[in-house]
Amino acid sequence: MTPDTEAALAEAIKSASGPLAIEGGGTRGLQPRGERLSVAGLTGISLYEPGALTIVAQAGTPVTAINQALAAENQRLAFEPMDHRKLLNTSGEPTIGGIVAANVSGPRRIQGGAARDYALGVRFVDGTGAIVKNGGRVMKNVTGYDLVKLMSGAHGTLGVLTEVSLKVLPRPETQATLMIRGLDDAQAVRAMAAAMGSPFEITGAAHCANIMEGGPVTVLRVEGFEASVSYRIDRLKDLLADFDAEMTVGDAKMSDWLWQSVRDVELWADVPEDIWRISCKPTDAPALMRRSGAVAWYFDWGGGRIWMRMTQGADLRAALGVFDGHATLVRAAAATRAALPVFHPEAPGVARLSEGLRARFDPRGILNAGLMGPVAREVA
Amino acid sequence: MEMPIPDADVLARKGRVVSRLQAVLPDGAVIHDQSETRAYECDALTAYKCPPMVAVLPSSTQEVSDVLRICHEEGVPVVPRGSGTSLAGGALPTADCVILGVARMNEVLDTDYENRTIRVQTGRTNLSVTGAVEENGFFYAPDPSSQLACAIAGNIAMNSGGAHCLKYGVTTNNLMGVTMVMMDGEIVEIGGAYMDSAGLDLLGLICGSEGQLGVVTEATLRILPKPEGARPVLMGFDDNEVAGACVSDIIKAGVLPVAIEFMDRPCIEATEAFAKAGYPMCEALLIVEVEGSDAEIDHQLSLIMEIARRHNPVELRESKSAEESAAIWLGRKSAFGAMGQINDYMCLDGTIPVSSLPFVLRRIGEMSEEFGLKVGNVFHAGDGNMHPLILFDANKPGDLELCEAFGAEILKLCVEAGGCLTGEHGVGIEKRDLMSYQYAPDDLEAQMAVKDVFDPQWLLNPAKVFPLSASETRRAVAMAAE
Repeated sequence: MTPDTEAALAEAIKSASGPLAIEGGGTRGLQPRGERLSVAGLTGISLYEPGALTIVAQAGTPVTAINQALAAENQRLAFEPMDHRKLLNTSGEPTIGGIVAANVSGPRRIQGGAARDYALGVRFVDGTGAIVKNGGRVMKNVTGYDLVKLMSGAHGTLGVLTEVSLKVLPRPETQATLMIRGLDDAQAVRAMAAAMGSPFEITGAAHCANIMEGGPVTVLRVEGFEASVSYRIDRLKDLLADFDAEMTVGDAKMSDWLWQSVRDVELWADVPEDIWRISCKPTDAPALMRRSGAVAWYFDWGGGRIWMRMTQGADLRAALGVFDGHATLVRAAAATRAALPVFHPEAPGVARLSEGLRARFDPRGILNAGLMGPVAREVA
Repeated sequence: MEMPIPDADVLARKGRVVSRLQAVLPDGAVIHDQSETRAYECDALTAYKCPPMVAVLPSSTQEVSDVLRICHEEGVPVVPRGSGTSLAGGALPTADCVILGVARMNEVLDTDYENRTIRVQTGRTNLSVTGAVEENGFFYAPDPSSQLACAIAGNIAMNSGGAHCLKYGVTTNNLMGVTMVMMDGEIVEIGGAYMDSAGLDLLGLICGSEGQLGVVTEATLRILPKPEGARPVLMGFDDNEVAGACVSDIIKAGVLPVAIEFMDRPCIEATEAFAKAGYPMCEALLIVEVEGSDAEIDHQLSLIMEIARRHNPVELRESKSAEESAAIWLGRKSAFGAMGQINDYMCLDGTIPVSSLPFVLRRIGEMSEEFGLKVGNVFHAGDGNMHPLILFDANKPGDLELCEAFGAEILKLCVEAGGCLTGEHGVGIEKRDLMSYQYAPDDLEAQMAVKDVFDPQWLLNPAKVFPLSASETRRAVAMAAE
């Protein structure tokens, strides 16, 4: 089903007799069970006010259309959403609703925040077919509960997004990346922490231990006006001089290419292993790494996000044990998928709250059933 | 303001509730004498007062848990309280409630500069969070005007903002994890010193839930490195509309100021009479502040001033030093005090799309004539968060009611213009009955369903946020279930 109005989508949910697999562009390969319900029929930018830094669009609007509109005004989605297509070998067009529903963010998360931090308002249809709005199109809004955050990252399990409003930001004049060679994981995390703890506004901090030719490389991005970028790169070099490592600077073009490949995990498109993503306290990253048994890995977010290649079927969560954070299975062989949940199991108290919310927003348990946790009750 | 009728059964059991609470809390932490509970009768919305049945001041998460478990078993409503600085009546008691104040829980539990986080007990004041880390060059970004007094607990409950949100966001963008006690006493950990949640974003849901979902006792907050420097430019215009266009042009030009503050003529006049900051007498005044190194600031300010010049400002004053910056900020920072010198005032908090600024200001001016009450406007122009200050005389019978009616009309205007009822103060009791102007019944139902999950008996701060008529059935069922 691909309804082309919010009302038709509400009707489709109301009259559904079994589970529905909610889909935006279908680029994340989650494949929940049930009849396919696509929001790709709901498209169009309904409002864009560059002077107010806000855009409102139907959930099925392709991200490329959003990016084009923003680029024409020299603005952008500052949370730098990942494009999953290369890594997951999927086709289709990523949609803005899918981005918000999955709270997809890229390297700039460390400085600018996640998709959920830019989501100002939503309209959605809950599991009973009721149409609900929350938030709005202004940046400061504490009127009632923030269901916008709740819907960002709910992966459609509480309701199907039909419209989102987002805060956007100016596109900086230029960017550059400082590249530091030869640091081990622990040194790299310390160097990235020093940089991010400086006033020089790092908008990307990543470290590859064993992926690139030529050994480990740690990369730090700065963005802004030309003079400011070169000033800050110089100050960062001074700040990190004690690491006694070789440092070079990648220009805007190189920097742009590099961070896109960090964002999209492009290098691992063709490897056979399972791909995991960990969210953790940055300084814990090296120790977690050692416990993981990963085949290859790299740190983004200064160590706060680890991308890992694991042997097919290996249970990363079991290897890591209890830690401050969580692990998500992003790409996996069918056998791994069957054995391990995509999302990190929640502690009992939290899981009860999540289940309670699902039971209220989707009492029949039909929206992406089972994707984020047990179904509240079986479909009759 | 209508409040629910106190539950006679609960009042009749006061003695038992007090002795059960005394059994789990240290001496002096249970306040039940009528002369002493009066200290908790209101928050900063002082027009409404009601002493609680009991007030408790626990010192640990476990004690909070014990208190809530007892209140849950006894069916006693609980009103959580940070520092009591809410302008929306978020901490207003009911006669049958237990006020749970977190003021004694104000420790810093952990500072972690490498991971840029601080863990605090939530009774700690906003400014003292920055105080704990500033020697090391860090700060906590949300900066509500009450930051000297307001507690992190209240900041989380109301999702507080401040003047610097345009760049740094509000509380929800700077909150990483909480320890929260549920109404039945269960202690849950949500989030932590890592980014994004494992499952549903419960943290984002809790932030801004006005103490209705649980009592947050500890919080992990993001701290940021202090910028190298910051300096403002002051500009005056002969027309609100032109000032609004200037704000929009600055934003479109790709400069992201850390703050854009706006004052209108009534506010400028009051401020000048009070603080003598040397502001120009004009229709609209903007203070635009940017951050960075000296050279970076100079560059950004020059771009901003170039844009301002295109709008024919009557005054354009760039700060070149800390003293000049302080002089520019002096008037803005004393604006509320200045208005208070003239008369009593009510501070509103609606948000509008920046583009509707001229229309909304014009309408407020017309309505001011209609109601016969003066209004000064001071607000965060970059994000559209307005703070109209309506002047009235609390000693004149009927003036408060007139002022409230005027305030309600302004907030409805904000909603009509595409904005919202409250940008950073919260709904509390103040805007509770206006919620149906912004939200349809299904929208409110979805929000109330969340409370059903976290607090099925509707015991936590139950008479706030939702129109009483909308929450009536739920509260009645809870009372009957005792």
